[in-house]
Amino acid sequence: MKSKIALAFNNCKKEKRPALITYTVAGDNTKNNSLKILNKISKHADILELGFPHNTPIADGGQIQGSSHRALKNGIKLKDVFQIVKKFKKNNPHKPIILMGYFNLIYQNGENNFLESCKSSGVDGLIIVDLPYPENKNFANKCKKKSINFIQLLSPTTSKDRIKKIIKNSHDMIYYISMLSTTGGRLKVSPKKILQNYNTIKRINPKKNLVIGFGITEKTISSLKSANGLVVGSMLCKIITNSLKMGQNPVTKLDKVVYNLKKKII
Amino acid sequence: MKLKIRKNLPLIDQHDKNFMYGGKFGGNFIPETLKKPIDDLTKLFGKLRKNKNFLKERDHYFETYVGAPTPFIKLENLTDHLGGAQIYAKVVSEANGGAHKIYNATVHCLIAKKAGKKYVVGDTGAGYAGKMLSMAAKKFGLKCKIFMGAKDIKRQRPNVEAMRKNGAEIIPVTTGSQTLVDAVSECMRYWVSNCDTTHMCVGSTVGPNIFIKICAWSTAQISRELMKQVKEEFGIIPEKLKLINCVGGGSSAAGFWNEFMNTHAQFIGVEAGGPKNSKLHAAPLTNGSKIGILHGAAQYVIQDKEGQIGSTDSISAGLDYPGISPLHCFLKDAKRARYTSASDEEALYAYQLVSKLENISPSLEPSHAFAEAIKLAPKLKSSEVIIVNSCGDSLKDKDIIKQKLGSYIR
Repeated sequence: MKSKIALAFNNCKKEKRPALITYTVAGDNTKNNSLKILNKISKHADILELGFPHNTPIADGGQIQGSSHRALKNGIKLKDVFQIVKKFKKNNPHKPIILMGYFNLIYQNGENNFLESCKSSGVDGLIIVDLPYPENKNFANKCKKKSINFIQLLSPTTSKDRIKKIIKNSHDMIYYISMLSTTGGRLKVSPKKILQNYNTIKRINPKKNLVIGFGITEKTISSLKSANGLVVGSMLCKIITNSLKMGQNPVTKLDKVVYNLKKKII
Repeated sequence: MKLKIRKNLPLIDQHDKNFMYGGKFGGNFIPETLKKPIDDLTKLFGKLRKNKNFLKERDHYFETYVGAPTPFIKLENLTDHLGGAQIYAKVVSEANGGAHKIYNATVHCLIAKKAGKKYVVGDTGAGYAGKMLSMAAKKFGLKCKIFMGAKDIKRQRPNVEAMRKNGAEIIPVTTGSQTLVDAVSECMRYWVSNCDTTHMCVGSTVGPNIFIKICAWSTAQISRELMKQVKEEFGIIPEKLKLINCVGGGSSAAGFWNEFMNTHAQFIGVEAGGPKNSKLHAAPLTNGSKIGILHGAAQYVIQDKEGQIGSTDSISAGLDYPGISPLHCFLKDAKRARYTSASDEEALYAYQLVSKLENISPSLEPSHAFAEAIKLAPKLKSSEVIIVNSCGDSLKDKDIIKQKLGSYIR
């Protein structure tokens, strides 16, 4: 049986457009609001990434750190993250949802325990920022057995040999990091160059769904639309920050922004 | 499973193919972007440490620039005052810059040059790692950026001024607790974005495996000197010998003990117990913290049930870190070293007593080690020997000491 993630990509291919993938942090700015945000933006986005916040992130830029900080300040726990997913899935059973975060939370929770909760709440995939190949092999296999996608990352620094190995060990989706940066950095590489790298990787196995993330905003998204999918994260976190500052409702604000992002890639 | 330290293999190399010590400490829990730079650095360092010319170069700079060997002295007055074991100090604070951090900083700058990097970045807590890196960077013609918690910038003013004088750019880190833990995170994040042009120096034996290795390999100079000095002083390694060292990240202890690993010398590591009657401390080994992942490595770390890293509190900025080197986790579980803690108050008292009685004045970090020596010495026979690594000078703590004790003596 095809995973919901694979199906989402198939749909987008049929419509000849990239999948729109959003990233927001669970519990930002409240548990309720982050659920409301998912409900709203899922009408425009094809795949939803949901961050489970960690207080010592080594690869996140200021915007996502800010979101994580707000969520943790609100007392968000792993069980709340799974609650949010469960509630979301009740109304949107077919929309794939990917949890993203750092390994220590899984390590403390227990790998099996964590995957059990993923399964029962309806999580479709996992991105673990600090669990690279080949150290991730064991855990990735455990995910596979539970039909949860383990999504690996590739970066401009990944060697060709390594790229091949990672692709071979990948599931339904691979994430290409557009540039040397933490999340949310300004796009310091031209979209042309990014797509060049992207296409080189893509040629190794054209069947694999390869998405691009890091530094993508409403300004840059349309220039990258030949990819299988595009991830927008920090920009959304920034909009939550700004709307809170200005006393606006982050839910309606984000709904509009994601709608506009979608318009730019169809 | 009982862990065992192997003989005839340097401690830093006693890891498995995943770079884990004892199968559970260390490793490389890093973002994909850092895999390549860390691989490159691992290969380069692997070559350099076997290269005779590089070793010559290292020794040359240790001798002429760092000032090797640092003195080994008997603390006659303290010994008499406590009336028990003979107390000695390895006065590492006499090294250029005033602390052991100069070894790691010098080696990192030499490596950066070999790697053809023009920029070097580093983290700092007490400001020593930053000060030394800025010094070495200046010496070797590298541009230097130092990440330092905003709280530490306030409390370690003398070192901040020194860094500025050396032409380093200091980046205040205002996230989280605004101390060392956040400085290390921010420095790593910076490296993720700039690893193509920039060399990163981690200031202690923490972080991804290669940084643990480079740091411990560099500070090992301390025990190479000490081994000779001990043999000169006693003819042999004394039958009952205790080597006491403070541990925050654990770089000075790793270097202080290294050459004695296969001897009968006892190792005691002293963590920061924090303020008396406070639950906040920086002593993950003493207080039985669970294994977790911090800054790319598995280690005993202060954290909550969920895995969020806990806050720490210590009078000594250099020890104020929730984690501890995987090397020390390994030494603890293999029962090769024993770990305990000293409170802020005990460290202050030790600083005061040693500074009053002797010609040295330890900073608040080694004062934790002296606190343990002061506790132990009276219970031991005069035939027993305690050596404390006095790895920093109190001058940088002048402001804090004045504030806590009313006056500063040196």
